[in-house]
Amino acid sequence: MTVATLAPDRTWIPACPSNRLAAERGVAVLLPDGRQAALFRTFYGELYAVDNIDPFSGAAVLSRGIVGDRAGEPTVASPMLKQVFALRTGACLDDPEVRLDTHPVRERGGVVEIAAAPDARTRT
Amino acid sequence: MRQLVVIGNGMVGHRLVEAVRDRDSAGAWHVVVLGEEPRPAYDRVALSSYFDGTTEEGLRLPDLTARDGVELRLGDPVVAVDRARRAVRTAGGSVLDYDALVLATGSSAFVPPVPGHDLPGCHVYRTIDDLEAITADARTATTGVVVGGGLLGLEAANALRLLGVEPHVVELAPWLMPAQVDEGGGALLGHLVTETGVTVHTGAGVAQVVPGADGRVARVRIGEGESAREIPAGIVVFAVGIRPRDQLARDAGLELGPRGGVAVDAACRTSDPAVYAVGECASIDGTVYGLLAPGNAMAEVAADRLLGGSATFPGADTSTKLKLLGVDVASFGDAHARTEGALEVVLNDAPGRRYAKLVVSDDAATLLGGVLVGDAAAYASLRPLVGRPLPGDPLDLIAPGRGDGGAGVGALPDDAQVCSCHAVTKGAITAAIAEGAADVPALKTCTKAGTGCGSCLPMLKSLLAESGVAQSSALCEHFPQSRAELMQIVLATGITGFTELITRYGRGRGCDVCKPAIASILATQGGHILDGEQAALQDTNDRFLANIQRNGTYSVVPRIPGGEITPDKLVVIGEVARDFGLYTKITGAQRIDMFGARVEQLPAIWRRLVDAGFESGHAYGKALRAVKSCVGTTWCRYGVQDSVALAVELELRYRGLRAPHKIKAGVSGCARECAEARGKDVGVIATENGWNLYVGGNGGFRPRHAELLVSDVDHDTLVRYIDRFLMFYIRTADRLQRTAAWMEAMDGGLDHLRAVVVEDSLGIAAELEAAMARHVAGYADEWRGVLDDPEKLARFVSFANAPDTPDPTITFGTEREQPVPAGPVSLGMPTTRPHHVEV
Ligand code: SRM
Ligand SMILES: Cc1cc2nc3c(=O)[nH]c(=O)nc-3n(C[C@H](O)[C@H](O)[C@H](O)COP(=O)(O)OP(=O)(O)OC[C@H]3O[C@@H](n4cnc5c(N)ncnc54)[C@H](O)[C@@H]3O)c2cc1C
Ligand code: SF4
Ligand code: FES
Repeated sequence: MTVATLAPDRTWIPACPSNRLAAERGVAVLLPDGRQAALFRTFYGELYAVDNIDPFSGAAVLSRGIVGDRAGEPTVASPMLKQVFALRTGACLDDPEVRLDTHPVRERGGVVEIAAAPDARTRT
Repeated sequence: MRQLVVIGNGMVGHRLVEAVRDRDSAGAWHVVVLGEEPRPAYDRVALSSYFDGTTEEGLRLPDLTARDGVELRLGDPVVAVDRARRAVRTAGGSVLDYDALVLATGSSAFVPPVPGHDLPGCHVYRTIDDLEAITADARTATTGVVVGGGLLGLEAANALRLLGVEPHVVELAPWLMPAQVDEGGGALLGHLVTETGVTVHTGAGVAQVVPGADGRVARVRIGEGESAREIPAGIVVFAVGIRPRDQLARDAGLELGPRGGVAVDAACRTSDPAVYAVGECASIDGTVYGLLAPGNAMAEVAADRLLGGSATFPGADTSTKLKLLGVDVASFGDAHARTEGALEVVLNDAPGRRYAKLVVSDDAATLLGGVLVGDAAAYASLRPLVGRPLPGDPLDLIAPGRGDGGAGVGALPDDAQVCSCHAVTKGAITAAIAEGAADVPALKTCTKAGTGCGSCLPMLKSLLAESGVAQSSALCEHFPQSRAELMQIVLATGITGFTELITRYGRGRGCDVCKPAIASILATQGGHILDGEQAALQDTNDRFLANIQRNGTYSVVPRIPGGEITPDKLVVIGEVARDFGLYTKITGAQRIDMFGARVEQLPAIWRRLVDAGFESGHAYGKALRAVKSCVGTTWCRYGVQDSVALAVELELRYRGLRAPHKIKAGVSGCARECAEARGKDVGVIATENGWNLYVGGNGGFRPRHAELLVSDVDHDTLVRYIDRFLMFYIRTADRLQRTAAWMEAMDGGLDHLRAVVVEDSLGIAAELEAAMARHVAGYADEWRGVLDDPEKLARFVSFANAPDTPDPTITFGTEREQPVPAGPVSLGMPTTRPHHVEV
């Protein structure tokens, strides 16, 4: 699989049963190293995970943001001060200086799993 | 530096000083203003709104002393001008030298010398002092007579009505407002005014004011011969005309105009080149103008001249548009068709309660003037066309349904005046829009347009709408409709889900702007706000039924209706806060807020609260917040009604009501107003006879006092009007628009609102009441709904994979013996998209 070739030593963490992740209603996931991810399913069924900590406020709240899109790009808005982030890339669409880590996500046997470490591509 | 002395701190004197300061960047003039009235300049044109609840402060014009080099000396009138010495002397004995002098002494009300005209109980209608005296005398009067059926007289009649005095208006001419309207318009006007409860006596003069045994006004004798009769009157207001206050000028030997007033040339200079005169005390080209617009124009000319300019008086626009006693009246240009060969196009629609007349040139090509009664919406677009070619068939311009207020403004040339009060042209407004003024308040600030009589506001809106930069009413990139339009779509189609709505009427998957707005619209249709797809629309506050705090924890605010709470319930709050380690604070809205709850603690906290009889306080929602009360007749020695009972009742009635923005209310037991009801969206103040209802107030960023909607209504009427008011707001306001802003943006403002709510002018009152009845019947506590539903409860976890592990980033320190956020919180003032920071 392509996933294996890109990240051979990737560790997958079970996040929650598939039916607990409703469309456009995120959940927070605690990672083994104490970090947190915000995990989302879009209306069209795509899965995304980004860092749960809102870089603007320092609070771990992004999983509670509103999911939607900006010009077709799936997004989440921070519930704190409403900055909007692209779910695919983690980029903040309101501030080009800011980007969230993203985590690979997959669904296996009725469980949503998340990679323990962020995507190397977006690691900060 | 030279010294400029200005005599008179009325509207025009005020404008003159502003204009000098605006132009005098080099600081050539030190300005001293000497005013007779004890208070700084106020908006005399809006004087009557004093009876609608506007305060003296609300009427005040911008503070002149905030500008450099302006000195204001009030309450000390000038008694003499010594032109030889270039000095003035005040009643208090001060003597002031001047290099230039401006007379802005305005005019005084003319009182006809009929017998009894100076009895106690007789008044004029010009200053705040006059209004205070009228208010005091109105307390003991049941009927009152206003002498004079012109603009001022009708305003005075309305004032009496608002003060609970039954008004009679006596007018010598055969119809009301003879200066502005013609006979046909006057006939309809008389009819409409009579309907408002004013008794009109036209074609009758006042013969005598007759005293009673106590020496005060008791009756007014009107008419003569056969038709002589008497009207009982506890109060009399004279509003027959004005006389320029030219005595100082007369004493100083300055030339006067043919009908009084200080004679000035087109530069507003008197016969002494060091002395100018502006406003109602001046006679320019032999005419004394009793309106603000010509006065302001003179102020600008004189200011320009004082700074070496060469401006001349551009001539006066005496057009007027008024709303008197709820009746629209407008008159513009050659309203009486005095131009040679002028033709009239008249639409006299008595059943439709509208009269419209256009005066056109003999070839029917040019608009000369017109009169509108009953419906003056077309005024804004017609007035600037005066003297210009007619865009089409004149009848089309006044045809019913045509009066959109701003129509045709796009066709106007740039030099056409849009705001006549402040002489602002269409060009100046479009330039301001191009420079970034994006809404009406911005245009008001940078051009002054719309800050006088307000009749040009529809044009400002049209110009904004027509300019490329105008903001569209689209909710966001996902919905081209406004919130009000989406509300109508939901009501008409019965759509109950976001996906269906956005698929049929929008595009994409929504965002943090449209989702909460649509959640709020759908919430008005019933059901739990966290049901199914709805949950994904909510802001975090609504999603967790609590307010998010800076460190990601939440606050908990149980409802405490009217601020009334039993000791037992107080103990419960104390125990819950203690057991969960929450910070507690009494809020600004008479309830108690517990802070620092983690998301996974919320259900347990609410279980305890709900079991003790509490319910959600909706501090997290765009919904009814609290109804503040004072103690009223329950305890207070001044109370005249039971304000606590009413506050509790209203809070229970409207709890859970979702709205475009939060709604707050207050009920005070007497006019001392300890509940600060006039700072609320809905404010109720007890009177001896019932309740006064005020609407559209708020504190916050732009504090605004609520305005009086109706007075002295009984309990049931009050509740009915509040039902209608709130539902009308919910159905038609924009997203995040509080009632004050909604009313400000409403065409026709308070009068229109009153027509809809009180007179049911749109015929929707029954439907609004029914919608409210459905809300009241369908209300259920949102927190109880969550606690009773395992699926909803399951969402209140810290982590999907570790539901009970507290978020490790949340830590607390201690301040004044209470827990407060510590740890990695880096919030300051938001720097990006600050307009989004609303909860
Ligand atoms: C707790 C409280 C301060 C206090 O300790 O007293 C408070 C706290 C907040 N206010 Fe307030 N306001 C509180 C009373 C008020 C009052 C006073 C009142 O209600 O009598 C006002 C002015 C009156 C008014 O609203 O007209 C007030 C005007 C605002 C505004 C400005 C509204 C405006 O129209 O300009 C905001 C911002 C907004 O809503 O967009 C705001 C927003 C907020 C938010 C929601 C800000 C936020 O984004 O977190 C705060 C939430 C704290 C929380 O979690 O509870 N708060 N806020 C008060 C809660 C009252 C309650 O029991 O529900
Ligand atoms: C109830 C009401 C409604 C109105 N509605 C409208 C309307 O809808 N549209 C419109 O265009 N116009 C309206 N007007 C008229 C408008 O208010 C006046 O045209 C305008 O206020 C004139 O301004 P002014 O400065 O010339 O005079 P004023 O505003 O009268 O000011 C003159 C000031 O000079 C002071 N003064 C006089 N003598 C002395 C002295 N010797 N020393 C010191 N101070 C002195 C006076 O006390 C007064 O404060 C209305 C007027 C009233 C009363
Ligand atoms: S919104 Fe501002 S005023 Fe209100 S509680 Fe927060 S910090 Fe205080
Ligand atoms: S015309 Fe009166 S405010 Fe503009």
